[in-house]
Amino acid sequence: MIAPVRIGSDMRNLAVALVATFLAVATASAAERIEFNRDIRPILSENCFACHGPDRNARQAGLRLDRREEAISRGVIQPGNASSSRLVARVRQANPALAMPPLAADKKLTDRQKDLLAAWIDQGAEYQEHWAYIKPERPDAPAGPAGIDHLVGARLDQRGLRPVGEADRRTLARRVSFDLTGLPPRPDQVESFVRNRRPDAWEDLVDSLLDSPHYGERMAVHWLDLVRYADTVGYHGDVPVNIYPFRDYVVRSFNENKPFDVMTREQLAGDLLPERGPWQVVASGYNRLSRMTNEGGSQAKEYLAKYAADRVRNVSTVWLGSTLGCAECHDHKFDPFLARDFYSMGAFFADIEEKGVFGGNADWGSRIRVLDGAAEAEMAEIESSLERLRGPDRQDLPRDRQTLDALAAYLREDLLSWRALGPDKAWTDCGHPDFDQCGQFGLEKEGEGLVKVILSGDKRPRESIHRVEFPLEEGRLTAFALELYPSGDFADFYLSEFEVRLLGRETWPVRLSLTGLLPDREEPGSMLRDTLDGNYHTGWKGSWEEDEARTAVFVLESPLRTSPGERLQVSLIAHARQLHGLPSRFRILATDSAFPELPATGELRRAILSRELLSDGQSAALDAAYERIVGGNASWREIRALERRRKVLRDGAHETLVAKSVEEPRAMRILPRGNWMDDSGDPVEPQVPEFLGKLPTEGRRLNRLDLAAWVTHPDNPLTARVFANRLWRMFFGTGLSKVLDDLGSQGELPDHQELLDWLAAEFVESGWDIRHLVRTMLLSETYRRSSEPSDELLAADPYNRLHGRQTMARIDAEFVRDNALAVSGLLNRKMGGPSAKPYQPPGYYKELNFPKRVYEPDLNANQFRRGLYTHWQRQYLHPALLAFDAPAREECAADRTVSNTPLQSLVMLNDPSYVEAARVFAARILREGGGSDRKRIDFAFREAFTRLPLPREREIALGLLERQREGFGTEPARAAQLLATGISAVPHDVRTVELAAWTSLARALFNKHEFLMRY
Amino acid sequence: MRKPRFNLFETRRAFLGQASMGLGSAALASLLKPSLLGVQPGIGGFPNGQGRVKRIIFLCMAGGPAHLELLDHKPELAKRHGEPMPESFTKGQQIAQLQGKELRILGPRHPFRHYGESGQHMTSLLPHIGSIADDICIVRSMQTEQINHDTAHTFMNSGFRLAGRPSMGSWLLYGLGSESEDLPGFVVLTSEGGSQSQPIAARQWNSGFLPSIYQGVKFNSTGDPVNYVRNPRGVSREMQGELIDAVSELNAVQQGWTRDPEIATRIAQYELAFRMQMSVPDLVDFSDEPQHVLDMYGTQRVDGTFAANCLLARRMAERGVRFIHLYHRGWDHHNEIKTLLPKSCGYVDQGTAALVKDLKQRGLFEDTLIVWCGEFGRTPMSQGTDPDLMGRDHHIKGFSMWMAGGGIKGGHSYGATDELGYNAVENVVHVHDLHATILHLFGIDHTKLTYRFQGRDFRLTDVHGKVVTGILA
Repeated sequence: MIAPVRIGSDMRNLAVALVATFLAVATASAAERIEFNRDIRPILSENCFACHGPDRNARQAGLRLDRREEAISRGVIQPGNASSSRLVARVRQANPALAMPPLAADKKLTDRQKDLLAAWIDQGAEYQEHWAYIKPERPDAPAGPAGIDHLVGARLDQRGLRPVGEADRRTLARRVSFDLTGLPPRPDQVESFVRNRRPDAWEDLVDSLLDSPHYGERMAVHWLDLVRYADTVGYHGDVPVNIYPFRDYVVRSFNENKPFDVMTREQLAGDLLPERGPWQVVASGYNRLSRMTNEGGSQAKEYLAKYAADRVRNVSTVWLGSTLGCAECHDHKFDPFLARDFYSMGAFFADIEEKGVFGGNADWGSRIRVLDGAAEAEMAEIESSLERLRGPDRQDLPRDRQTLDALAAYLREDLLSWRALGPDKAWTDCGHPDFDQCGQFGLEKEGEGLVKVILSGDKRPRESIHRVEFPLEEGRLTAFALELYPSGDFADFYLSEFEVRLLGRETWPVRLSLTGLLPDREEPGSMLRDTLDGNYHTGWKGSWEEDEARTAVFVLESPLRTSPGERLQVSLIAHARQLHGLPSRFRILATDSAFPELPATGELRRAILSRELLSDGQSAALDAAYERIVGGNASWREIRALERRRKVLRDGAHETLVAKSVEEPRAMRILPRGNWMDDSGDPVEPQVPEFLGKLPTEGRRLNRLDLAAWVTHPDNPLTARVFANRLWRMFFGTGLSKVLDDLGSQGELPDHQELLDWLAAEFVESGWDIRHLVRTMLLSETYRRSSEPSDELLAADPYNRLHGRQTMARIDAEFVRDNALAVSGLLNRKMGGPSAKPYQPPGYYKELNFPKRVYEPDLNANQFRRGLYTHWQRQYLHPALLAFDAPAREECAADRTVSNTPLQSLVMLNDPSYVEAARVFAARILREGGGSDRKRIDFAFREAFTRLPLPREREIALGLLERQREGFGTEPARAAQLLATGISAVPHDVRTVELAAWTSLARALFNKHEFLMRY
Repeated sequence: MRKPRFNLFETRRAFLGQASMGLGSAALASLLKPSLLGVQPGIGGFPNGQGRVKRIIFLCMAGGPAHLELLDHKPELAKRHGEPMPESFTKGQQIAQLQGKELRILGPRHPFRHYGESGQHMTSLLPHIGSIADDICIVRSMQTEQINHDTAHTFMNSGFRLAGRPSMGSWLLYGLGSESEDLPGFVVLTSEGGSQSQPIAARQWNSGFLPSIYQGVKFNSTGDPVNYVRNPRGVSREMQGELIDAVSELNAVQQGWTRDPEIATRIAQYELAFRMQMSVPDLVDFSDEPQHVLDMYGTQRVDGTFAANCLLARRMAERGVRFIHLYHRGWDHHNEIKTLLPKSCGYVDQGTAALVKDLKQRGLFEDTLIVWCGEFGRTPMSQGTDPDLMGRDHHIKGFSMWMAGGGIKGGHSYGATDELGYNAVENVVHVHDLHATILHLFGIDHTKLTYRFQGRDFRLTDVHGKVVTGILA
């Protein structure tokens, strides 16, 4: 038994299990010929190989027992003659000083094991290669889902066990919905499935769920665990890093049913593909998911060694299900991996551009910007329109006074629509823990919306948070402009973040989403868009020329209707590494123009506004603007519009880390005992583990494409099995080989190897078609069985390894919250994009530093995104995810444990996410559930559990409802407090006490064990 | 006040007994003994030796305290202050921020003195700890393997440089289980002050590949003491109790129609959660402490200071918490060791000594182990050139710590570094040895406490570790 997955049940079932296992072994070996892999290898591997196995440095007496010829040549094993084999003599030796395994090894063979060894030698001591290293052969079984049922049935028959019957349709609908989408089924979906008596009803349901975009999200959760996707770098300051497009690539790939070999190739080597699109390069971000450091005092060489080892561990676990990572310091103790194999595998990744110690908090090496699907299509259209409009040659346009006047008129209209906002409040905010210098200056309001910045200390601060607030009137806003006036003594400025919030509409400040960005000037490396990225180590910087203000326009994602009583709060945040000038003054303007241009300043402004004769300077400014805007083309208005849109799309593109191959790969050598300071080891070139073959090099250096091709070659014995085994775990509760990350000799011999091999063969022969394999599993009768065990099965097969029934499974961490959001109706089904920040206990990031951090939950629709999009902070994973066993993703996690702890109860009871979902669900129950308490309770059960309550359950629910009504009735203030949890609106047409009481009922249903389960 | 319909702890159990008729006997047994399942049970079979202590309070001086100023007096450093560090020491050795810099000897910036009857030799900056000198055993020959904070903490806590192994607290719970029925058995508290605060990752109290019930729980000094331990706003204790009752009743009904073995555990966990909700506020409420005790620690309330955390540690020790881990983030003195080190000492000195004295006067000292230790030490070489601003870099080849409590030889010192305080040369104690010794004091043979993962039997001490008998009483 390895790694108990379900604590409670394991402990209770241990005794039963031990008996059952023993019986299984006894039955098998008495009736059949002894098989090395099934019967002997586990004994030798567990007790002997550590000293008499593959690791040459640990080998005792020069003897290895993992190779038949060597064991025979030393006379330790004499095939057909156990009594003269020294192996048998030594394990049966009564004198503890001479017995094997030696006392010090702390291992002991049972008499049964000794007899088995002897019997095996008598039968000829036939070895078998380890099962997982032999290419799977397709066992004889019918095609399609029936193949699974046939193979599972044969095993059950052999044991004389009868499977249980099919689960009822409601259970099935709920099961398959969670399994394929991670979400509960829609009630109408369930009803139509229950009523649909056509023979293909099940197939239809499965197919409709496979077609759901949520299918890709569900599959991605597991894959992201494997490749250790996260939103932060992991080491030291654990600062955020942009790589979420990789996550979206994974979701997309599953939804497009990209063949597994293609997914593999793109992730391992998308950047090396001869013909590659941007998303294939995004996929190569796989190579950048290992942890990284920027800690001062770290030694680059040490960390390069750490990163290399990290990649070897990951690639070998994810694709090969092998613990090649164990060969970092020595040859593997149990499997035939050599230390050389470890470093040769690492050499495949030595071409990836990287630093041992990265420079700052924003620069994590090679990255690209990529458009998401819709933007990608729009961009293509824009480009082709621009090409058409621009024509082949620059046209010679008139530059006469009349033309300039026309341009000035166009700009004037826009310019006049800008209004300076007059602040009634301006202050410097020192609340943020990393802004401890900002107390040294203040803000003062001047006329025309100008805010003067006054230094009050002698030390010039590099950090500042300026906030200004403006009262609003009835109206409409489409864009804001920021003007920064020169400081006088410094020529340059720095703006890290620009934030706009709407106050007075909701009970919380609504952060307005800004997209279009028009700076007067910007340079690569410090673009205006960097002021919207939430990272104050990046920003817009520039310098003043003369005494003109610098200007930037921020366009709202959608126009904002404003009302009296509402206010705007604008924050300018600067957190510079070097000293920069502060603006002496700044000003915020707003416009309702549908197509805002930059509000011009200085000479140009005067020229545009002037209807009189222009001065020389004004003429020159207007002429320069003409050149910039018209650029010599008659269709300039249209072109301008397209270029503006293109800029908006480009600024909205997503930055993501990718792999980039360098010309000269880093030298790789074997590190003796894994010691990165020891340069005495042999240099190595990229190559696959020796015992699995050798890739021809043909005089060139192998690369990651070669590795990908080898990994997914139909002859690779491991990859398809590893994947099929994990898929089986996903849908049947336990892997066919229970240890999902190790198919090696210390893993578990598959409980049903024929079935695993059949699935692996099916997978490869289908062209690595993931959806085909999923569908095959789900259409089997085995999948549809009830999860309720018969007495017989419970006794004979307590862990359900024979699959005579389905497995009861707790849903994954992400899906627990998704479920509550979906049932309440709050779930935001938007896919992809930057990670979301649900509520989190304040101060949870307190122990993080460099920089210190304040977690700002998303106070908008992003609050209700699916759990898979939650900001994944490696060092401080969201505590609710952590409580439900989501991994930190510092290392590959092939399997999640399933625990059952009081911290889970506290999350379900008290996390505001669940309280809010409960009160929104309560409002739905009252609105849609019918007119009586009974009807409403029935409705609530159906929504939450896909079934009606039993009479006793209805009674309990009514009782709770009654008592909570009484409680809130006595103290109505409590009801109002409860309903104030969260940001979603509280309906005004429901009595507060009533809504609060139903909220309690909804909370009780969310806390019911069944809510966490898929049966 | 309304009377809740169910008395949470007595009636429910009787009720559940009825409701669960027809259950398998295993599930029924678990209902009768909810504490066994609700609290963290150990695997059984441990202790497998003579245990001296039942709990540990690990005071982690995070950042790396300068042993050459605090616990390891090297007159030679003062004599050779400013001279180049001999290459024979440093050649080929790991180095952190001093990479590529000139390496010069830094004499101690603060004086040493003798304390107690035993005459323990320690810094003058820790007079309170000096007052318990006869209770502590100083180890001057520590070594670790990782030279950066993050990985060094990981190594100190889990015995391995990579993430993913269980920390010592999880190992202890896994072996021995928890003795508390209403608090987690492995608790972490943090404070800061005295130097830049290096980050501490939650990984440091993670259960790694062990079942997650053995995970450490971090207490917060502000907001809710434990995440999600507070009822939703507006919900009274009674109303929350009613709700939990209803949940358990509903769960019990479900036991009538399914054989899901997790339901019983779930019911027990809700009881424990509710007990935690009640006991945690009591734990963090110092109003039952007499003023002289508060004064002894130098704290008035739970405010996130190290002193308050020390008092919390004692209160947890009394309540059966097995592993109490305090981090004080404030010892990373790359510079200004002259002015900053006294500050760091000031943050921890009084609370530490008060904790030891308080445990003694309550009879808890004899079965508690107290460890005072950083993740590494600091170099004999100076960092920075301005004499007033000099500090020391990270150092792993020799550093100091102390232990006290059950089974520890008080008023004793053990091991030594060379004349420049660079290498531990006498009775070297590796982190693995520290782990082996801690387990030994709990009556656990460190080679026997194993967990199978990825086909291998893992243990806290990896394949190393020897019990340091020289410090045992």
